[in-house]
Amino acid sequence: MSTADVEEREQEGGAARGGVSTAAAESTFHEVDDRERITPAIEFQDVTLAFDDRVILDNLSFKVNKGETKIILGGSGGGKSTTIKLILGLLKPDAGRVLVDGEDITDYTEAQMMSVRKKMGMVFQEGALFDSLSVYDNVAYRLHEQNVPEDEVEQEVRRMLRFVNLEDAIDKMPIELSGGMRRRVGIARALVGGPKIVMFDEPTAGLDPPTARTICELAIKLRDLEDVSSIFVTHEMNNVKYLTSEYAVVNDDGEIVFEEEGQRLCLTNTKVLMLRGGKIIFEGTDESLHKNQDAYIQRFIRGH
Amino acid sequence: MNFALRALLEVQETTLLAVRAAGRLFRRPSYVPEMISQMDVIGVGSLTIILLTGFFTGGVLALQTYPTLKYYGAQDQTGRLVATALVRELGPVLSGLMVAGRVASAIAAELGSMVVSQQIDAMRALGTDPVRKLVAPRLVALLITLPLLTLIADAIGIGGGWVVSTQFFDIGSGSFMAAVWDGLTTDDIIGGFVKTAAFALIIGTVACHKGLNTEGGTVGVGRSTTSAVVATSILIIVADYFITRGLQLIFGLPAG
Repeated sequence: MSTADVEEREQEGGAARGGVSTAAAESTFHEVDDRERITPAIEFQDVTLAFDDRVILDNLSFKVNKGETKIILGGSGGGKSTTIKLILGLLKPDAGRVLVDGEDITDYTEAQMMSVRKKMGMVFQEGALFDSLSVYDNVAYRLHEQNVPEDEVEQEVRRMLRFVNLEDAIDKMPIELSGGMRRRVGIARALVGGPKIVMFDEPTAGLDPPTARTICELAIKLRDLEDVSSIFVTHEMNNVKYLTSEYAVVNDDGEIVFEEEGQRLCLTNTKVLMLRGGKIIFEGTDESLHKNQDAYIQRFIRGH
Repeated sequence: MNFALRALLEVQETTLLAVRAAGRLFRRPSYVPEMISQMDVIGVGSLTIILLTGFFTGGVLALQTYPTLKYYGAQDQTGRLVATALVRELGPVLSGLMVAGRVASAIAAELGSMVVSQQIDAMRALGTDPVRKLVAPRLVALLITLPLLTLIADAIGIGGGWVVSTQFFDIGSGSFMAAVWDGLTTDDIIGGFVKTAAFALIIGTVACHKGLNTEGGTVGVGRSTTSAVVATSILIIVADYFITRGLQLIFGLPAG
């Protein structure tokens, strides 16, 4: 059979299944073959950190692959936020290595970290918006620092604010925003410059359920439509449910819709990691988390 | 950690902060707009208190010294005494203390609030060095505005002395001013500038250091603010003694 015949048959087959085109399949194969994709976005190797006598992280090792979302679960003081700070280089480990995109950042100086941080976006617990700057200037912060021309800045800021559905708030000051809006502006600010790694530090803490859902939807959109690798630190089980059971697709009308896992696809790009006392007590899928018999994990899931 | 060790550590960290701020001053991107806005907040904002402090200090100096000078028959020298006391000592120290009270507290509170609301972390996460963006502009603004404020305080203070001397005492305007010009030397003016530059450095680095090392939420912000004002005020007075002694060793003891 000639190559042309194969292509023809593939195209027919593809059309008959009503799904994947040759071009799409090729791009997928290309991605799988791409060596870059194999390098984890984030890797912890035996990381230990203690403040005085208090051990925060105890020999922590895990990986976040490209395009993957890792949900870090755990009670307060379990070392969740510290993990994120280590990735950003805001803290340094006492022992072990931290790798970002295969690059060992453990011994990087503050100046060297600046270029690594450009690859990353960080969403802080309360948004951590700059009080003295307007929403526009907050979101534009990174671009202003890089002296990007103002018309390009405005375009990008508006695009990002549309992404978080807050374009109307562009001229407001952070003090005028509700808690949920502040987090969304924080997300928009973190996403400027198209970072491929985004970290969320309890982004839904203290928010009402619909707003918390909106924040989770943003994380899902980033994961499924923008190929972002992320760490999502939380202690709320409904966040876990959304992130592990739903995915975002663009429908025929070009709108973004959320579908439940099992309708057409099975989600494999979201894993859960649970920390307790600085140690990993669970790592795996949400299904195996729910099946886990550990008393603490069961209590954490059920809430009693 | 005992008190002496902790104090030594603070001195080391504060000095390192100043060195880091100075080292990064000329790297791009430069924060000139921040510097100008800080000069406005620190310099223009402190003008009223400096004018009032200067004027009344000059006035009270004349009030207090005239009777004594008159006892020795040297009342014509009131202008000289007011001017030298102000330019050498009271202008720099009082301006330093006033600015320490007003600006050191504001800097420590602002940076402290930014620390506890994670804005400093956010800034670093967004690729900006807080030392360059926040500390360096404040230091430069203080180094430029504090000497200018002191110069204004000196001039207004002499004005205050002139008003008291000519209005309440029998000293002529001409003889007061002649005594002023007679008393002042270039060394006094240089010394005044050296002192104010040192005070500006103390206020800027100590306040920024206290602010950036805030711990413990809003209570911590209060603590940082208080300790910034206390530490800068004490350091200004102690540094004043040593700088005066140093200047005397360099320039020799002043003639009068």
